[in-house]
Formats: sequence, C-alpha cells, structure tokens
Amino acid sequence: MHITSPAFKDNARAALDDDALQRALGNVRSGFIGKRAKAAAALPEFEQLRDAARDIKDHVLAHLDLYLEAYADKVEASGGHVHWAQDAEDARRIILGICEAKKARTVTKGKSMITEEIGLNAFLEEHAVTPVETDLGEYIIQLRGEHPSHIIAPAVHVNKDQVEEDFRRVHTHLDPARNLEEPTTLLSEARAVLRDKYFQADIGITGANFLVAETGSSIIVTNEGNGDLTQILPKTHIVVASVEKVVPTLEDMSQILRVLARSATGQDMSVYTTLSTGPKRPEDPDGPEDYHVVLLDNGRSAMLGSEFQEMLRCIRCGACMNHCPVYHAVGGHAYGWVYPGPMGAVLTPSLIGVDQAGHLPNASTFCGRCESVCPMRIPLPKMMRHWREREFSRNLNPAAARYGLGLWAFFAKRPAVYHAAMRLAIGTLSRLGRRSGRFASLPFAGGWTRFRDLPAPQGATFQAQWAKKRKSA
Amino acid sequence: MSADAAPAQTPPPAGLPPRVGLFVTCLVDLFRPSVGFAAVKLMEDAGCTVEVPAAQTCCGQPAFNSGDRADARDIAKAVIRAFEGYDYVVAPSGSCASMLKKHYVELFDGDPAAMERANLFSAKVFELVSFLTDVLGLDQVEAAFSGSATYHDSCSGLRELGIERQPRKLLQSVEGLELKEMQDSDVCCGFGGTFCVKYPDISNKIVSEKTRCIEESGAELLLAGDLGCLMNMAGKLKREGSRIEVRHVAEVLAGMTEQPAIGEKKRG
Ligand code: SF4
Repeated sequence: MHITSPAFKDNARAALDDDALQRALGNVRSGFIGKRAKAAAALPEFEQLRDAARDIKDHVLAHLDLYLEAYADKVEASGGHVHWAQDAEDARRIILGICEAKKARTVTKGKSMITEEIGLNAFLEEHAVTPVETDLGEYIIQLRGEHPSHIIAPAVHVNKDQVEEDFRRVHTHLDPARNLEEPTTLLSEARAVLRDKYFQADIGITGANFLVAETGSSIIVTNEGNGDLTQILPKTHIVVASVEKVVPTLEDMSQILRVLARSATGQDMSVYTTLSTGPKRPEDPDGPEDYHVVLLDNGRSAMLGSEFQEMLRCIRCGACMNHCPVYHAVGGHAYGWVYPGPMGAVLTPSLIGVDQAGHLPNASTFCGRCESVCPMRIPLPKMMRHWREREFSRNLNPAAARYGLGLWAFFAKRPAVYHAAMRLAIGTLSRLGRRSGRFASLPFAGGWTRFRDLPAPQGATFQAQWAKKRKSA
Repeated sequence: MSADAAPAQTPPPAGLPPRVGLFVTCLVDLFRPSVGFAAVKLMEDAGCTVEVPAAQTCCGQPAFNSGDRADARDIAKAVIRAFEGYDYVVAPSGSCASMLKKHYVELFDGDPAAMERANLFSAKVFELVSFLTDVLGLDQVEAAFSGSATYHDSCSGLRELGIERQPRKLLQSVEGLELKEMQDSDVCCGFGGTFCVKYPDISNKIVSEKTRCIEESGAELLLAGDLGCLMNMAGKLKREGSRIEVRHVAEVLAGMTEQPAIGEKKRG
C-alpha cells in the first residue's frame, strides 16, 4: 500500500475540507462511544477483565516463541500447514505460491487488516488472482477502489447515499428501480452478489483475532457471517495472522473476547465467533480440504523488549480511534497507511519507520481518552511520547521547533533570568493588549492566532506581583 | 528566610498549619496572575500557609512532550529541589500537577536515588481543587456569583488525577451560581500544548466542536481548571464573537471575579 503518512498535514487539511467525510465521521462520534460506555457499565467486572486481558497478553509476549511453537505444532498435528513470514514480501510470496499450486483464479476474503498490511489484494490482482472482499464494509471500499479508514469499520468514511451510488454503478445487472434506501437492503444486495462468489472461490483467506496454542485453532469474530462462508466453502483456507495473536488456551481467548466486542461495538459478543482447527476431517460434513496458516512477523519481534512491546497487546478493537478527537476530525485515511488513530500512531512508526510516520505520534493532544478505553490498557500516549523521544534523539523534528524548544529550555532552567526576561516581555505584551484584552494577530504567534484570538496578559507576572506584595508586607 | 530556600524536611509540628508550596504554572504566572492569587486565598482561607518559591518557571511539559528528556529531567530536578521541603505542593492546573505527580518519576529510570526523591515528591503534589476537597476536606466555599456556568473537564486532570466531581461539588456551593452541564464536557478542547500550533487546522476543528457544545449549554460562563485549555477555548469563543465569559474555576471559588474575564478588556 502506498504510504502517505509523511503528508499527514496535507491529508488532514484535505479531510477537514471534505464535507462528505465530515458528515460520515459524525457517525463515529455518535455511534460507538455511547454503546461502549453502556456495555462497560453493564458488566460489573469489566475493569477486572481488562486487567486479566492485559496480564494474559503480557504473559504471552514474555514467552512468545514457546507459544508460537506450541501453536504451530498443534496446527501441523491437525493436518494444517504453517508458514513463517519474515516480512510482507515473504507473506505475499507464500500466499501466491499456494494460489498457484491450487490454480486459483478467485479468492474470497474475510475482513483482515493483516492482508491490508501486506498489500495482498493489489499483489494478487497483478498475478491474475481476483480477491473478493466479503465483509460488507470491505466490499464497499473494494468497489470504490479505496482502503479501510478504520480497523473494524473499514467504510466508516462513506455515507449511505455514496454506497447506494456505488452499488448502482457496479451492480448493473440488477433492476435500476430497486429500493436501496435502507442499510439492510444494501446488505442483502451485497449478499446476493457475494453468494455466487463464495461458490466460485478456489481459496478463502481470513485473518485471525486469536490463535490458540492449546488447540492450534484460529478464531475470527464477525457480525455478518461472511467469515464463516469464506473459510468453509472453498477447498483451501488460508489464515494470515501476525505472530502476537497467539494466546495460550481457549479459556484465555474467552476472557479477552469478553472485552473485545464490548470495547469495539458495545455488543456483549460479536454475532459469530468462529474457530477453525485444521482441514476437514473425514467425519466432518464440510470444511476446507487444505488449511494453511501464514504467521507474519513484519517488524513485531523487533518491538519485543523495546519501549513499544506493550503495543503488541492490541486486539484491534478500534476503541482508541472511536474515542480520539484527532481521528474524529480527520478520519483514518489521513494517517497515510493501514493503521489509523492512536494505535496507528504507535504501531505505524514501528512497522514502516518513524522517519516515514513521524507525524502520527506527534499529532496527538495527549488527551488520554484512548488509554482510558483501551481494553488491553495499552499506555498509548506514553508510547507516542517515546516515539517523539526517538525522533528528538535522531534530530528528526523540524529545525525551527528544536531551536524554539532549546531557547525555551535555556530560560526555563534559569529561574532568575527567566523571571527578568518574562517581566519585560509580559509588560510589553500586556500594554499592547490592554485596549481589547486580546490579540487577533501577533508576530510569531500565527499558529495560534490564525483560528483564535490570544488573550492578553493581565499585567505584571504573578512572580513580580508576589515579590512586591511580600516586600511591602 | 528567602522564598528560595526550601523549609526543613520534617513534618510540621502538630497543630501548625500545613505549609504549601504553590506551583504557579508558567501560564498563570505570565497571563493570569489573578488565578494564582485566587489559589492562595482559597488555601489560606482553608488554614494553610502558602509560599511561592521563586525558583520555579515551568513544569517541563514542553520538553517532556517534545521528546527532550534531558531538559525535562533537569527541570524536574530543579522543581523537586525547590519544593520538596513543603508539606504539600499545589498547582492550579491538572496538567502541570499531573506532570509533577505522575510523569517526573518516569524521567528517572535507572537512577534509583533520583527516582526515590521523585516518588516522595510525587506524594505531596496535588491539583488545587482536589487538594481543597480530597486533602483538606472542604465541601463548600464562601463565594457568590450570579449567573449560569458550565464546566469543562480538562484532560489530564480528569483522566490522570480523577478530577471530576470535586470542582462541581464546590461550584454547587457558590451562591447564585447555576451549573449547566455541556455535552461532551470530558472531550479534549484541542489545546494539547504545542499541538495547537503544530497542527492548527486539526486543533481548530476540535476546539470548534467544543465551543459548539459550550454555546449549546446555554451557560453564560465557561469554567475549567487549566489555563492552557481556557485560553484556547476563550480565544476561539472570542474569535467567533461569543458573549460567553471564560474564567479559571479558582477565580469563582475564591469569589475573585473583579478582573476582566479571559480575553476581555478592562471594564469601564
Ligand atoms: S490500542 Fe487498545 S483500544 Fe486501540 S485497537 Fe488496540 S486494543 Fe483496541
């Protein structure tokens, strides 16, 4: 996927000027937040469950190699194949290899951010394999030639009337007079179109919400049931998952599931929780004949033991972006790569480099709302700050900002000089601002005064007034 | 004794009033000293002795949040040195108090002695309103204000220090003041320190949502506990031509509202 993260500022400006996008983003604010709050409040042990979920993942991350080996052994034992992919290119090559061996022309896909991360769709198309997205949101953005703008609601940036337009444009074989007013009619139209695709598909590709070491199972949670059809109907099922998805036991998985849907959509559970363990056994009525798991590292093992390790607890619930004022303002595409919002601001620099994604951890007010709702208690602002530290130590931030900061720090570390200098500066500023009480513009303060007035100082500094008072007392 | 020298590090003899070092915060020092004086009055009325060490400038957040740990650490050390002798360290800002209380300790990984000192210091630090209520047990103030007010929960105070009901409780005791909650009072105002000048377009969008909620509350006065957020919201409200006045919550709680509101000219 083409990276536009370095142009974050331009992306953001364009997003702010995009009326349709702004209309669509209103749904993020009005929908997810209330539902999550209600679900969390309805479960007395929710906060303890968050602790437990965090502890499970911390334990796994401390013994990741062991759990991955155990998981892989179980997959092999149940007749599946495990492939280890160092990076995106590796993963694409492995998947294409399977497609070629099966002479696959069409693959159906369940919703998967990992396949976005490795740019799978474009790659398969280049090699004459047609990927068909089966999740409604993914299907919509595939029609539109776009990428997801949200990790659980990929088409959240699209309004209903735009979807209707896309359907009429692409589904030309259907009656142009049909009613597509309701989301449910859109869904059933997509289903009708997708039904044939499920049966045509040679291979089904899904991601995984969890990999269970105890059983060798991969788990997906969906609300539309499309994932089930994707992995059951074709002869071959490929699971693509990043290494940190592994958990020790089914019990651990169920614990984390209890916080996942509640944090994501406010549901107690997603509608479908589907486990797959190896290929179809002789006694099974259906299922794939061949079962492959591609385990992707792509930079994650380098996060282990670093100040970013905790990010690997992420279960991709989307709560952090649902509650992020910056995400609300600019949407997901502005972040310029696969993962948007606070989790993207931490993860993206790890995966594509902070020199590319440096804006992301900077474009945060550190309001902390993401951390307060993250079911895995990931300290997102703290880790964004760690990225700023890395940038600072590598001199990656703009020279003007460094200069300003250096000058400020010089004074801030010398109280006597600071107070003398500020007495002068504030004296001047308060005289200038006395008439109106504020400034509509001011040299060197354009960043502030472009959109808002700057309140003028009251008069002498507190320290000056306090010293005077003490003296006269 | 000069205000610079920190008092001895023993607890005050029983019966003596608690000695508080006021961490003024750079914005209050420079832009709105009346907030500092309101803080002094509130704490003195509650029986504290308040001192203001001159060896303070800023809490160091601009450095800390820009990834400049070395400068942040130097500033943290200086603040700890200037304040560790007091019984309490109080700041009229959730954001600065949280920096002193929660983040200084993060700066001393690998330096156990400094970490220990930062931890001892941390235990003494409070945001003003939470100090008055949670530490001193205040549940009402002697103040009057006629009109309606809405309260914005600044992020650090709310999410890092749990300041939410305390200011509302004290405001309810202000005679004549009617509290009108705005929608999304817990959502960021878009200030974010240097964020608002580094990403002005995004900050503007966020503060515009905030001023819409403020206007819709129908209140005549906007209050909050952090001057950074207040200057941001006041600056936007004034730019939009709003008549809503903006003040730090301490000014109202101390009954010190004779100064013009934030961004307003002197009356008369
Ligand atoms: S960082 Fe936390 S809130 Fe964000 S997607 Fe991951 S688990 Fe969910």
